[in-house]
Amino acid sequence: MVRMQDLVFRYREGGFELRVESLRVGRGERVAVVGPSGSGKTTLLHLAAGIVVPQHGRVETNATELSALDDGRRRDFRARHVGYVFQSFELLGYLDVLDNILLPFRVNPTLSLDAAARERAVSLARRVGIADKLPRRPGQLSQGEQQRAAVCRALVARPGLILADEPTGNLDAKNKQRVMEILHEQALAEGASLVVVTHDLDLLQDFERVVDFQELVGSQESVS
Amino acid sequence: MRGPLYLGWCYLRRHPAKTATLVASIAIVLFLPVGLNVLVGEVSGRLMARAEATPLLVGARASALELVLSSLYFDAAEPEATRWSQLLRVRESELAEPIPLYVRFRVRDQPVVGTTLDYLDFRGLRVAEGRPFAVLGEALLGAAAARRLEVGVGDAVISSPESVFDLAGVYPLKMQVVGVLAPSHGPDDDAVFVDVKTAWVIAGLGHGHQDLARPEAQAAVLRRDGRHVTANASVVQYNQITADNIDSFHFHGEPEALPLTAVIAVPRDEKAGVLLRGRYESPDEPVQIARPREVMRELLATVAAIESWVLAAIGAVAVATLATAALVFSLSMRLRRREVRTLTMIGASRASVFVLLASEVIFVAIFAAGVAGALTLAVRRYAAAAIQAWLLG
Repeated sequence: MVRMQDLVFRYREGGFELRVESLRVGRGERVAVVGPSGSGKTTLLHLAAGIVVPQHGRVETNATELSALDDGRRRDFRARHVGYVFQSFELLGYLDVLDNILLPFRVNPTLSLDAAARERAVSLARRVGIADKLPRRPGQLSQGEQQRAAVCRALVARPGLILADEPTGNLDAKNKQRVMEILHEQALAEGASLVVVTHDLDLLQDFERVVDFQELVGSQESVS
Repeated sequence: MRGPLYLGWCYLRRHPAKTATLVASIAIVLFLPVGLNVLVGEVSGRLMARAEATPLLVGARASALELVLSSLYFDAAEPEATRWSQLLRVRESELAEPIPLYVRFRVRDQPVVGTTLDYLDFRGLRVAEGRPFAVLGEALLGAAAARRLEVGVGDAVISSPESVFDLAGVYPLKMQVVGVLAPSHGPDDDAVFVDVKTAWVIAGLGHGHQDLARPEAQAAVLRRDGRHVTANASVVQYNQITADNIDSFHFHGEPEALPLTAVIAVPRDEKAGVLLRGRYESPDEPVQIARPREVMRELLATVAAIESWVLAAIGAVAVATLATAALVFSLSMRLRRREVRTLTMIGASRASVFVLLASEVIFVAIFAAGVAGALTLAVRRYAAAAIQAWLLG
């Protein structure tokens, strides 16, 4: 669940200011955010994940007020509660696919890399159809397979909130469809909230709600 | 390995050429000063231990260093010879016990050391197999010499001619191996010990031949004049000393004039040593008395001075190499900025990110230290002896 209230954010360098009067994403809700490039959609996701904090207002994710936490606690929170899918996958080229999926467990001590975590990583890979690619390096995978591996990484710690920033931007139509199906499927299966930033209007039909970002920041309202 | 260290390890494995280059560069930088220091220390220690254990050396008045190197470490360079009369002089002084040394010949690469059995007691050498030399023509081998020559008790060794083309020169002598010494981890391990008279026989100063009084040698006799007998070149000269021909071996000339490389003088006490040294201090004295400890200290002081210059040069190279390595690491950090951003976004702790980035430096440093340590141990184990052999060979 995400709740933003009277939010003002601007980067230190200036030049951009994001204002959101109110945005709420319910538990288990699947929301698409659409809007023009450079309007601040990615910043919205960063605020929801606690990667950045607003200068004013509240951001509450999974009942935790992120703006009240220090950087270390927000990192821990992200590791445990947020799964983030990037447009350009951001897999580490020096790790094999399995280690990429297990990455959150290796970089945050609040997550314990045990047999169950490994089993879940393998199980997720099996579900998205890349189980046979686990020993390979990302460079040896197709783009669709890489994004599926990135989705597995985002889901492996059973996050309550899945954030995806144009996850299909680099994929062909077939892979687009497949990746979105996986995201919806996993969000439903885990009861996680799903927020996807996308330009692709063809994908919107599967979401419960679509937020027009321009309206959100302009009228300070979310739209259904 | 767990967590970010594991990731760091994976990163290095993925970049083997870069890692190997960094490890090799830093290992060399670490090894050179430490290895050189260990090497010099080890060689100095070995040389000094031998020098400390040898109180005084009497030899011809020439280079004291050559005298010491030849007499203590059986260096191949041959110093000017002294005479047997100098041994008698030390003995007659009753201030020290003299031990003769005649180091001129080789059996292949192993020095033949002509001495007496007193030398074995003086150096604390123990016979591991067989017995010490007792008569002319017998040899007692150091442990390493026996191994390199691949001979044991009952076998024979042949002294090497000084020059293959010198027909009038020294002829090889076949010597019976009667014993092998236990390893002493010093120059004595490489030596072939013989009685000093055997060494003189090799030098051609003593020899054995057919008895001209016997009927089978009559054909070689040209003329008899009282005690003097003149024979032609057909008289058989022996190149091996056996029980049958040992009585025919004899020396020509004055015994006092027979050559020695040096005389080890073992003073009865400190005062006797000072008194003995005083007797050789006249500028007209044809021989010198050297204190090996002082001679080697002077030599090693020169080595230490050279070492400090070499270390300074290595230091400059090390600074340049480490600066280059630091640059490589900093460029690597820059290249990994995007990775750091990704890790931050998925919740990596600051400590994990730091350890991940630092692990590249940590692993390289550990491997480099390991390689440098192994090289240093190898130097200590093998190179010190090899350098000593090369310096004195």
